[in-house]
Amino acid sequence: MSARDRILGKLRAAAPAQTPVEPDVAGYYARHTLQHALPARLAHFSHMMRAVHTEVIYTRADSWPQALAARAAQAGWRHVLLAPNTAHGARAAQALQGLATPPQLKSYDRPIDDWKAELFHDVDAAFTTTRAGIAETGTLIVWPDADEPRAMSLVPPVHIALFDASRLYENFYQAVSTEGWANGLPTNSLLISGPSKTADIQQTLAYGAHGPRELIVLAIVPDDIDLAELEAAQ
Amino acid sequence: MSTHPITVHPARSFKANSHDAVNDPHLRKSFRGAMDFLMAKRAAQFPDHNELEALRSLGETVRQRCLAKLPQLLEKLEAQLTANGVKVHWAETPEEANAIIHGLIAARNGKLAVKGKSMVSEETELNHYLEAHGVQAVESDMGEYIVQLAGEKPSHIIMPAIHKTKAQIATLFHDNIPAAPYTEDVDELIQLGRNALRGMYLKADVGISGVNFAVAETGTLCLVENEGNGRMCTTVPDMHIAITGIEKVVEKLSDVIPLYSILPRSATGQAITTYFNMISRPRQPGEKDGPREVHLVLLDNGRSQAYADEQLRKTLQCIRCGACMNHCPVYSRIGGHAYGTVYPGPIGKIISPHMLGLNDTQDLPTASSLCGACGEVCPVRIPIPEMLMRLREEAARDPEEKVPHPLAGQGAAYSPQLARVWSLWRTVYSRPALYRAFSWLATRLRVFTPRRQLGWTVHRTPLTPAKQSLHELVRQRQSSR
Repeated sequence: MSARDRILGKLRAAAPAQTPVEPDVAGYYARHTLQHALPARLAHFSHMMRAVHTEVIYTRADSWPQALAARAAQAGWRHVLLAPNTAHGARAAQALQGLATPPQLKSYDRPIDDWKAELFHDVDAAFTTTRAGIAETGTLIVWPDADEPRAMSLVPPVHIALFDASRLYENFYQAVSTEGWANGLPTNSLLISGPSKTADIQQTLAYGAHGPRELIVLAIVPDDIDLAELEAAQ
Repeated sequence: MSTHPITVHPARSFKANSHDAVNDPHLRKSFRGAMDFLMAKRAAQFPDHNELEALRSLGETVRQRCLAKLPQLLEKLEAQLTANGVKVHWAETPEEANAIIHGLIAARNGKLAVKGKSMVSEETELNHYLEAHGVQAVESDMGEYIVQLAGEKPSHIIMPAIHKTKAQIATLFHDNIPAAPYTEDVDELIQLGRNALRGMYLKADVGISGVNFAVAETGTLCLVENEGNGRMCTTVPDMHIAITGIEKVVEKLSDVIPLYSILPRSATGQAITTYFNMISRPRQPGEKDGPREVHLVLLDNGRSQAYADEQLRKTLQCIRCGACMNHCPVYSRIGGHAYGTVYPGPIGKIISPHMLGLNDTQDLPTASSLCGACGEVCPVRIPIPEMLMRLREEAARDPEEKVPHPLAGQGAAYSPQLARVWSLWRTVYSRPALYRAFSWLATRLRVFTPRRQLGWTVHRTPLTPAKQSLHELVRQRQSSR
């Protein structure tokens, strides 16, 4: 008999006969989900994100490439990783190339195995999109894919995340249920709530433990929301 | 190749260890400070008491439903993961788990493994096993890395290096990381560790991790972390081996949501961790990173013993947040190492007897004042004090007594002498005439009361009966009215 059969045999022999109480997860979240309008949700998202050292930049659908370029010029990144095959990646590339001293652009166009050392040592910042956000905890939902693989939001010291703020859920439950995640998940899916951090040395918080030291969120705010009011709401 | 197992019984030295620990003022100070910090941070995360209690109840119901269906859910998890391309392995013992993992690494001639945090791999002493078989296993969680460099074991399940000071870590890094200067600056220390470990991710043949929740519905392994080392270990090397206990399976993806909501808040007082990493498949054609091979090792190691008993099954509800130890007056005074077990503190006292047997762990359930703090903060409402009392009972039970679900080491603390005393007392106490005669004699012959009264006088002054029994005093009082 295999270990599998022995373990399952022991568990089956002991499994309780009565049907267990079914937890009412949906009911709990129906009672505990806030119903804030987007500006309030967004203000809370930014408050939570900024509390863990994330930089949130409010921008617009037509002007975010300029905001990205300005931030890049300020930081002086020399090597930026992005996905030129995507619409947002192409716009970002165009804006960055328009800088006085443009960074060298790299794309994740081959398997990690072929350029591991370069990815680890010669990329200053990576630019990716995000799937959605979660207001309650200040969280980005990222589903890496062939264009923007998993390591892009992990290995480079700076991660710039483009976030369509109209896709901001109140909480994790709302995201999972609205998007029907239970019907199938990709190879890897992520919740990211700030830059990498640790408090393993004498409970002293330090950022950039293994992953990005900086997380910069370029939040595309719908035009009907006033940016100054949004900043003031925080 | 075979290695002789070295049999050690560190938990047997619990009393001596704890005596040493309470007399170490530095250790007392660092644990007191850390526990106060963690308790305050947790409290700040739950300003709404009603929300906390509702979420705890939900977490408890979710875990109990998953445990009630455990065998079916494990089969479903296996089927779903297999369909996703993840290979599932089963191990009854730590030795089996280690052999499986080593076999997988050896099959691709691997020499270096990077490890994310996994308490289950501490259970199996995987690092030691792999080293003995020519595979270097490097811990990548900062706390675990520090503890590994120091040749020690974690003293807390969430903050493994909580017992170490900055100065000790500065010396460790200076001595062990090539070209590392001596610095006590925490940011600089973390950068030294970061750079050293980044070199390891680049070279590693395999990444090993634990699992926080394994979702049967979708075949997904969920990992909770702040540092990103777990993501590194499960993204950069070409093979990922996850190891977890059989109790970690949950039925639905939505089950994870309340559990993940309460876990970081209870553990470290964070609203959420930096990363929640959901892994459902190995690298697919066209994808450019992630491991091409993903394996899950499911370990029993005594969990099925706890499962067999309806009351003790609740032990398996645990989501490993560590809140019970943070709030434990015993843990905060003696620290994690004194227990001599992988899991210290209240949860360790109730889970270790199933993993190691009561012969090695009989003292652990007694190391509690039954103050109840652990049960009050437990995010899934494990009645830890009840479990402690039950385990005390099982340790003191006659080893020959037949019970439906005997525990390994039943009767480890059994004393025939003590059993006779209680049996005698039962006889006396249940017969009024005998009881009256006994109390008359005990009060009149009080000067002859033995000075040594078994366990009672180990830490207390002897009991001496009053001059008259309570019954007599009450009778006198009533007749004098």
